[in-house]
Amino acid sequence: MMSSIHPALILLFGALLLPLLRGRMRKTWLVLIPVIGFINLLGIDAGTVRTIAFMGYELEVLRADKLSLLFGYLFHIAALIGAIYALHVKSQVQLVTALMYAGSAVGAVFAGDLLSFFVFWELLAVTSVFQVWTGGRKNSLNCGMRYLFVHVSSGLLLLAGAALRYQETGSLDFGHMELDGLANWLIFLAIGIKCAFPLLHNWLVDSYPEASPTGTVFLSAFTTKVAVYALARGFAGTEVLIYIGTVMTMFPIFYAVIENDLRRVLGYSMINQIGFMVVGIGIGTPLAINGAIAHAFNDVIFKSLLFMSMGAVLFRTGKINGSELGGIYKSMPWTAGFCMVGAASISAFPLFSGFVSKSMVMVAAGEKGMLGVWLCLLFASAGVFHHAGIKIPFFAFFAHDSGIRTKEAPLNMLVAMGLAAFLCIFNGTFPWLLYSLLPHEVNYHPYSLTHVVTQTQLLFFSALAFTYLKLSGIYPPEMRSVNLDADWFYRKGLRRLTRAASWSLNGVNAWAHRVVVKGLVRRLNHFFRHGPARFLVMLMRPYWELQGLSEEELVHREQALYVQAELGAFPIGITACLAVIMMAVVFLF
Amino acid sequence: MNSKGNDKETPGVEAQAEREKKHIFDEPKNLYRLLGVFFFICWFLFLLDLLFIFLPRHSSFHEGVFDAEGTFGFYGTYGFIACVVLVLAAKQMRKVLMRKENYYDE
Repeated sequence: MMSSIHPALILLFGALLLPLLRGRMRKTWLVLIPVIGFINLLGIDAGTVRTIAFMGYELEVLRADKLSLLFGYLFHIAALIGAIYALHVKSQVQLVTALMYAGSAVGAVFAGDLLSFFVFWELLAVTSVFQVWTGGRKNSLNCGMRYLFVHVSSGLLLLAGAALRYQETGSLDFGHMELDGLANWLIFLAIGIKCAFPLLHNWLVDSYPEASPTGTVFLSAFTTKVAVYALARGFAGTEVLIYIGTVMTMFPIFYAVIENDLRRVLGYSMINQIGFMVVGIGIGTPLAINGAIAHAFNDVIFKSLLFMSMGAVLFRTGKINGSELGGIYKSMPWTAGFCMVGAASISAFPLFSGFVSKSMVMVAAGEKGMLGVWLCLLFASAGVFHHAGIKIPFFAFFAHDSGIRTKEAPLNMLVAMGLAAFLCIFNGTFPWLLYSLLPHEVNYHPYSLTHVVTQTQLLFFSALAFTYLKLSGIYPPEMRSVNLDADWFYRKGLRRLTRAASWSLNGVNAWAHRVVVKGLVRRLNHFFRHGPARFLVMLMRPYWELQGLSEEELVHREQALYVQAELGAFPIGITACLAVIMMAVVFLF
Repeated sequence: MNSKGNDKETPGVEAQAEREKKHIFDEPKNLYRLLGVFFFICWFLFLLDLLFIFLPRHSSFHEGVFDAEGTFGFYGTYGFIACVVLVLAAKQMRKVLMRKENYYDE
């Protein structure tokens, strides 16, 4: 059906209409935009391509295949859930940019060439930073600046890579690439930043906890998943991704155990989950790619659900640190229930969504005979249950009673969480619909007896470890603190470098000022001002003495000549005479 | 911006009543009951591996690559040890990495 318009346009321009509406109309429109967008998207078939001519380039602004369509559906569902969750929000800026952010993500996954992709990639950065800036938390503004800096850097790398690639190949097509030249490495790095590769990941755990409760829900859905899409599109089967992904699954779980801000814990667990996707893309077999993409789909839903539940707690109590919460299930039982559905999904319990997708990546690693990678992924699976599956619900809703009594989350938040929870259970129980949308044909059956039993054993014994450590007092208590991470290098290290540079360079500057400006220049000035006059006086004095002038007359003549010489005010005759002497000197020598 | 709680709207008497209301885990008996069920399930799952003595078990690996996966109680033991190692390592990490909450603001 060719009557559909470009799917990004509905979200982008629909968002711009929001400020014109008020009250119920605005709320209705907010929810309708993703719905209309989704219906429009259903009219676009795999294989649809649309191009526009731009400055002599043929840009493929729409290229629909199974991969891009799946992400398109996903982003519309995420936008709908986010919109319902944000119905109470009054800030026009936040809502407009949130929907434009979703539109940018949709545009990026349908872009068929690197230039269109770059435009949406940058638009992602610019629209998403408002979700941080409107967070209203103490560090939101500074954090937004750091976020923007990182993401604009990613955009510039992508642009540089695309330009080099065009120069080398004469094509802007965004297809499979090998890591064989500077151009492709730059593009890889640009995607790596948004994908939160190790050491490039800090923007994520830095910014997500600083956004508003609703802002984080949008942030968690789009940026990193566009990057996962881009890796699947451009770098499937790139071996180095397996190792990068494995590191991503491993290191954040250690941080998550000792982190106090529960939304930051979710940020770390998000990197862990993206790690599974990156491993899958790196393995590159149909099963692994299917697993990575299916897991990206499920991750958006259950991570939104977890962020929504924590957002609801923050919204109602104003607190989000594990050390300050506890016992909230008494006031917010529905939110607690939805949170536990999200926790079960991310932990990959049977009948919940993570179970049907994460294991595809692990089996793919097993089939390749990658023992080390498989053991790491198994470790990470146990670890993610430990921190996201148990720690989040336990410290927020149970643990010791913090004494906080509040109201259940607002209805719109509950509806959004309920919708996400339904999708988590639906995808976990009936995975075939999701499987049918995946890029490759699926021959995987998640509900084998072995898989159900072994996965349940893994999870229950992880929970047993938590129980044992908690009851025996070994488990580290939640503490108000920050934990150093790679962002230390630019948040403290760079600041120290600036201070050192300021101290040393300003020191040189001050010395130069003292010696040159105040010393040398003043002396030179003195010399050039008084020097010629003194020289003339010294020259004339013997002549006057020969004339036999009295001492008084001599002093008078000297003073008059001194003043005349300083002012340069000689009688015309003398000036002419000096000029003639000067010309004679020039002529003779 | 929206993070302000409005929990203080509940009038005093109701809040007091709400505070004193007994919830399910306020009763230690319920907690012990839950733990009992949980430990029972753990034992049950551990013993469930006996099933695979009789039933075929699919492996993540080709024959001979990693046979330990099929040994009795592998997944349970691995999950337990992984989480204990994780927590003990994270505790050590704290000694090196933990700073005051306003560390970056100074």
